[in-house]
Order: sequence, then C-alpha cells, then structure tokens
Amino acid sequence: MSLSSQDIERIAHLARIRVTPADVLDVQAKLDGIFKLIDEMQAVNTQGIEPMSHGLDMVLRLRDDVVTEIDHREKYQKNAPQAAEGYFLVPKVIE
Amino acid sequence: MAQWEIVIGLETHTQLTTASKIFSGSSTAFGAAPNTQASVVDLAMPGALPVMNIGAVERAVKFGLAIGAKINQRSIFARKNYFYPDLPKGYQISQFETPIVQGGGLTITLDDGTTKFIELTRAHLEEDAGKSVHEQFDSESGVDLNRAGTPLLEIVTEPVMRSGKEAIAYAKTLHNLVRYLDICDGNMQEGSFRCDVNVSVRPMGQKEFGTRREIKNLNSFKFMQQAIDYEVRWQIEQIEDGKKIVQATVLFNPDTGETRAMRSKEDAMDYRYFPDPDLPPLVVSDEMLARIKAGMPELPEAKCSRFSSQYGLSHYDALLLSQDGATASYFETAVNSGADAKLVANWILGEVSATLNREDKTIEQSPVNAVRLSNLVARISDGTISHKIAKTVFEALWSGEAASVDAVIESKGLKQISDSGAIEKIVDEVLEKSAAQIADYKAGKEKALMSIVGMVMKASQGKANPAQVNDIVRRKLA
Repeated sequence: MSLSSQDIERIAHLARIRVTPADVLDVQAKLDGIFKLIDEMQAVNTQGIEPMSHGLDMVLRLRDDVVTEIDHREKYQKNAPQAAEGYFLVPKVIE
Repeated sequence: MAQWEIVIGLETHTQLTTASKIFSGSSTAFGAAPNTQASVVDLAMPGALPVMNIGAVERAVKFGLAIGAKINQRSIFARKNYFYPDLPKGYQISQFETPIVQGGGLTITLDDGTTKFIELTRAHLEEDAGKSVHEQFDSESGVDLNRAGTPLLEIVTEPVMRSGKEAIAYAKTLHNLVRYLDICDGNMQEGSFRCDVNVSVRPMGQKEFGTRREIKNLNSFKFMQQAIDYEVRWQIEQIEDGKKIVQATVLFNPDTGETRAMRSKEDAMDYRYFPDPDLPPLVVSDEMLARIKAGMPELPEAKCSRFSSQYGLSHYDALLLSQDGATASYFETAVNSGADAKLVANWILGEVSATLNREDKTIEQSPVNAVRLSNLVARISDGTISHKIAKTVFEALWSGEAASVDAVIESKGLKQISDSGAIEKIVDEVLEKSAAQIADYKAGKEKALMSIVGMVMKASQGKANPAQVNDIVRRKLA
C-alpha cells in the first residue's frame, strides 16, 4: 500500500501536526516505509492464533475505589499558559 | 401520503457512583471548585499512567447481570482519538471491539399496559471528558477538568424502538434500574444520566433503515419527548418535500422546541480507535463474578410480583411501589414496623405522594418517615383515630409540630370517640334540629342519612367513630 499526498494531509490534520508542502514527500516516504513493514507482518500466517491486544501477556491491575489525590490546582496551573478563576483558559471554542 | 415508521435507538451515558475516578485517585464529588479534583492523570501530564478502579468494573458487571447480558470476562480498552480542550490527552479511553457487557435487554411497560423487550447491543466502560465554559470569559473558553475521568457506563440499544413513547419508557426503565442497582445516582440535572437518541424514519414496510440523525445530550424525559416529536416531524417533511436526510448530530433547543444540526466536522467520525498500550486486558475473574452475583439486589420486576403475592396488593399498586428503590424500601420499612400493608400502600400512593409532589421532595426527604407513617396507620387500624383525623395528624407530623403520632393525637385531643353513650348523646342533639332531614330519610332518601351523619361528625369535631355514628343514627331512625 502506498499513500497519496492527500492521505498525508489528512493524517497530518487528524493528528494536528503541521506538515508543510515541502515536507509532504519526505513524510510520505517514511510512512510508506512503515506500511511496508506492516505488509511484511501481514504475510505471516497467524491462522489459529488468538490476537493479543497488548504487547505484554499480563492483565490489568485493579486498585480499590478510594480517593487518594488532594487538591494541587495552584501547582498544576503554573504549567498552563493561562488560567483564571480556577479555570484553564484556551482560545474561544464554540460549537 | 405514505405511512411512516419511526426507528429509534438510544445511547445512555450513566456516571457510575464510585468515590474516585476510573483511572485516578481523584474525587468524583459533584460541584467542587474548578480543577480542584483533577490529578496529573486527569490533566494528562507526561508520564502519568492510568490505574483501573475496581469499583467501576464491579458496577458494570452488576448492570450486565441485571439485564441478562453476556459478561466478557476479558475486555479491552481502546483510545478514541479527537481534539477538544476538555480532553487533555487528545483521546478518550473507552472500549471498542470488546466491551465488558454484551447483549441482554430490558422489558418496558407502556401506558396502555402492553410490554416490549428492548434488546441492548452492549454496555462499555469509559472515562468522561471535562467541561468547557464559554460565557464566563470574554475572549477565552474556560476548562474545568473535575469531571474528566469520571467513570461512565455507556449503554447502547439496538434500533428497536418504534415511537417516542417507547423511547421514553425505555429511558425511564433504565433510569430506575441503574438507581436500583445503586450504580448511578440518576441525577439528570447534574448530568449523571445523559441520553443520545438516534432517530430515523422509513416508509412502512421498507426493510432498510432510513438515514439517522443523533440528538445529543438530552437531560430530561420531557425534552426527550419534545425533541423526538420535532425531529420525526422534520424528517418526514424533508422526505415528503423530496429532500434527503443527511446523517448529522443535532442539538435540541428547549426554548424553541426545535432540533438543529451542529456544524458538521468532516473528520469528526474518524476516531482512529486502537487498543490502549497503557492498559492490558481487563479480566473479570470467576471469583469476582460469583461475588457480584451473590450481592445482587432484588430487581424491580421480582419485587413487584413479590409485593402483590406477599402483601396482597393489586398489580397496579405493587408496580407503583416497586418502581423506585426508595419508595419500595419506605413501604417495606413501614409494613415491617407493624402496619397493615394495604393501608400503608394507600397512604404512600395517596397522601404521601401528593404532599411530596406538592413540595417537590423525594421520599427520602419526607418529614414523615416510614416508621411514623406506620404508627399513624396502626392508630387507624386499632380505631384510635378515623381516616379523616389521620390526615390532620399527618399534616401536623409533616410540619414538624410534634414528633410522634401519639403526641399529636394527645395534644390536639383527636382521639376517636368510640364510647357509644357519648356518641348517642351527640346524635340525639343533632336529630332534635334535623326534622327536615328525618322526614326526607323516612320518605326514602338515603342521602338525608348521610347528611345527618355528617352533622354528627361535625358536632364531634370529627372525633366520633364514623361506623358507630352510622349504626346509631340508623337504629334511632328505624
């Protein structure tokens, strides 16, 4: 499978990554390389093997339903570009 | 004009009643100051990893067992990718290919008494997003991440409902069930129970479904009904005008009663789900499954039939009393305190419900608790007070004038007069002044007797035993 430049633009948009027109060819070649790798893996006969959803053969650890966190708002909001009245501020988004 | 068939499916987001979030130890309590219940996991700080809350798993399994579904003892968490400021990770952790609960269903009862089985597709665990506020700041939106990471069980039906009425009946039945199971508080104003309704129409008899539109985030049954009614009319008009329905997400505006399509984002549907590498498969062990099974409460249907067989209630009364857990337990507490079950049922469905409705209170908030109602009903049964006086006592208890039934009866001198000598004296006095009524009665007018009995009751300030008054008046006029 090989990707078109439209595919690259769409993937970049979905990932909110800016890919300049000059970079499209380069990105396209890299992604094609990844797809080639996937094609190779697809060729392996996996019939009768139960697919894994995780790379490690382990199960999810469960924790008790207990509140263990305390309020660190002030500290955490020092990381934010903008905050006011307890809210994180972002450019206006209205549906 | 063609006959149209309505096709409806529901997706309901129920917030689970855990103390902490699904993947972090932050509190889920409603109404805290913005961002005071948002930890590094909820804020998506680099390196912070999710750790699953067993309480959310247990509640999902409980729901699955209650609706006769298949519990997938191995289920998978996936990332649903999209960008919005109230979703700091850039993806929502949800379940996609293998949800924890699969299949099952609910029986709904419509107003005319008919029943229908509503098949469920699945119910899966996921995290809620945060909240954005757009009005509070001039040129920015504010983001509050207290809700981010609150555990949700998203419950999805097959497209099997054929009218707005069926959809409402399903939503109400589900609402009762999740509260019964104590897995969701059902508070619709606070967003604990939110419904998305998928609506389409097709010509009667057509096999293929029409194109559907999804009405998002309905948080009251009344709005749900209005939104469906409007949407169905709108879709039929479009098609009859020769226009096509375009698949869309719509919002309901309660002020205008109309639905309106949200600005459609071309890529909105491409969520690029994939298994979350931070979370290995969720396994519900046999031991855990057995433990949850053993702790299942009695479900509404079973409770209803038990109420009618054990207490001799009519099916209708049993249904009303078993529909919500709080009312059912109020009823049983009152009966177990020694009062007559049928009388208690009448009081709950009559005076208690009416007063609660009038004051917009729930039964848990009733100033007259189950034990007091039981005492009151017992005083009617043993003849201490009449039904009518009981209402006076009930009002006094409600307003907090006195703490006990007997104290009210005592302090207001409401005790029923059952001494026949005393009653006879009052009857005689009344009869002396009632020549006209006596003549009417003797001429065959039964009503005249009632009017005399009424005057005697009034003269006794309602305290005479009505049955005795009746007997004595009849005997004296015979």
